[in-house]
Amino acid sequence: MRRPGAVTPWLLLLPALALLAAFTHWPALATLWHSAMSTPKKARPSRFVGLDNYRAMVEDDVFWQALWNNVIFAAGTIPLSIALAIAMALWVNGRIRGRGFLRLAYFTPTVLPMIAVANIWLFFYTPQYGLLEQVTQALGLPSHNWLGDKSTVLGAMIVVAIWKEAGFFMIFYLAALQGISPSLAEAAALEGASRGQYFRRVLFPLLMPTTLFVLINALINSVRMVDHIFVMTRGGPDNASTLLLYYIYQVGFSFWDSGYAAALTVVVLIVLALVAVLQFGVLERRIHYR
Amino acid sequence: MSAPTASSPPPAFGASPASHALETAAAWLLGLLWILPLAYAVWTAFHPSAYSTRFDPGAPLTLQNFVNAWHAAPFARYFLNTTLLVTMVLAAQLVLGTLAAYALARFEFRGRDLVFALILLQLMVMPDVLIVENYRTMNALGLRDTIVAIGLPYFASAFGIFLLRQTFKTVPRELDDAARVEGANAIQVLFRVYVPLARPVYLAYALVSVSYHWNNFLWPLIVSNSVETRPLTVGLQVFSSTDQGVDWSIITAATLMTSAPLLVGFLLFQRQFVQSFMRAGIR
Repeated sequence: MRRPGAVTPWLLLLPALALLAAFTHWPALATLWHSAMSTPKKARPSRFVGLDNYRAMVEDDVFWQALWNNVIFAAGTIPLSIALAIAMALWVNGRIRGRGFLRLAYFTPTVLPMIAVANIWLFFYTPQYGLLEQVTQALGLPSHNWLGDKSTVLGAMIVVAIWKEAGFFMIFYLAALQGISPSLAEAAALEGASRGQYFRRVLFPLLMPTTLFVLINALINSVRMVDHIFVMTRGGPDNASTLLLYYIYQVGFSFWDSGYAAALTVVVLIVLALVAVLQFGVLERRIHYR
Repeated sequence: MSAPTASSPPPAFGASPASHALETAAAWLLGLLWILPLAYAVWTAFHPSAYSTRFDPGAPLTLQNFVNAWHAAPFARYFLNTTLLVTMVLAAQLVLGTLAAYALARFEFRGRDLVFALILLQLMVMPDVLIVENYRTMNALGLRDTIVAIGLPYFASAFGIFLLRQTFKTVPRELDDAARVEGANAIQVLFRVYVPLARPVYLAYALVSVSYHWNNFLWPLIVSNSVETRPLTVGLQVFSSTDQGVDWSIITAATLMTSAPLLVGFLLFQRQFVQSFMRAGIR
């Protein structure tokens, strides 16, 4: 290691650190402080209100609904997209007819802007003449407004999220599969293992680090992914599809209640901190950044 | 695109022909489902609106929807804004990331591990969730509604620094020493030795960064407020939520137009794209 005076590395780091401090570290800390302040109004400047914003949050039904929606959204999206990603990776890694096309088809949603594909999916779900409606009509099923019904809107969003993410996760599994020696499969076959046994006993454990990595990404995405809500539902009907970050946007930039929006952001930061604990508790023991 | 054949599972695994056929069918069904929304959009965008929900193979093809969409909103300006944005963000990320990664990879100094940990924090707490405070900051700086404000929070990228640090660490020390012996200083060594060797990583990072910022929506929506600053994603949202009502043909044409550069880039450089995402994801 080089030590040409301790100044050079700090000079090299300075621009990046200054920007990170200004737009990551400072805002994360300022959020804590501002969550204890009232929102400035015309005649009244912002003042310290302690836990008032949090008290309001506990009594805010929309907050609880957004939190619960987010939990369902994550629980619905993550396991299915990971399972599909594994299946996709196994297929396009194997000897399947039309492998090139399949890989393309699975991966394409990843490159498209969420805001654009949300428009397409909106059309897909449209009552009366959307594609889904045409299929259900042809099957003789009753007409249904998927995005207009409180009981189906979140499910419809989960489908979009799975479609968007599975191909992205597939890539990581594909990379992992290509690193697994084919002699393992040969040995398992010689031992008379079935394909199912080979997958359960050999492949799946070997893919575990990948699964943990994908899981962390998926958890972060389930907090971050809200673009489609702007296009498809605007959180409706009756807040049935509001997720936390979307609610923060509404509170902060539609109702202009910055104090309360800061308190809501603290909740998101706590969720992300929990994900970090998971990562450093579980992932870090297997992978070394050295 | 073909994967290295060595990695394909050997035929030893006796999937019976029947179950193999079943799996192929499942894979294809999923593939068709996955491509369906895009295929649907292409159908609607290239046919007159009378056919937008009628799948008649004899329907006439048209580009009129694209013409109408192009004239219905300042898309040329939005394209320019997005191009400026992604170029600016990428340039800043590469320069700042290279300098920081070099310091972390090849210098020893007190507090290095702490600094690295503070940088990695951004992998968890992305600017995307700090919208309220960052908006306050942009307001205070007088930068609201500028393209710089849209890009600024992303200029320093933990991900980029991390990726380049890992790469620089694999550069053989002898190359570094040889350049030093010839009298090169730290910065010259960086640009003569490290940067050229990391070229594939730069390409991988560039593809990931460009597609991320081309697609980014929430933060640009908040800070931009005029035609002169709005990127494509926000422009598309403004356009499709106000003017058009239910003319799906025009909306899908605009949608495809917005995604076209990435989609075409992806189709042309499929292999690089997939490998970039792979490379970027493996830690």
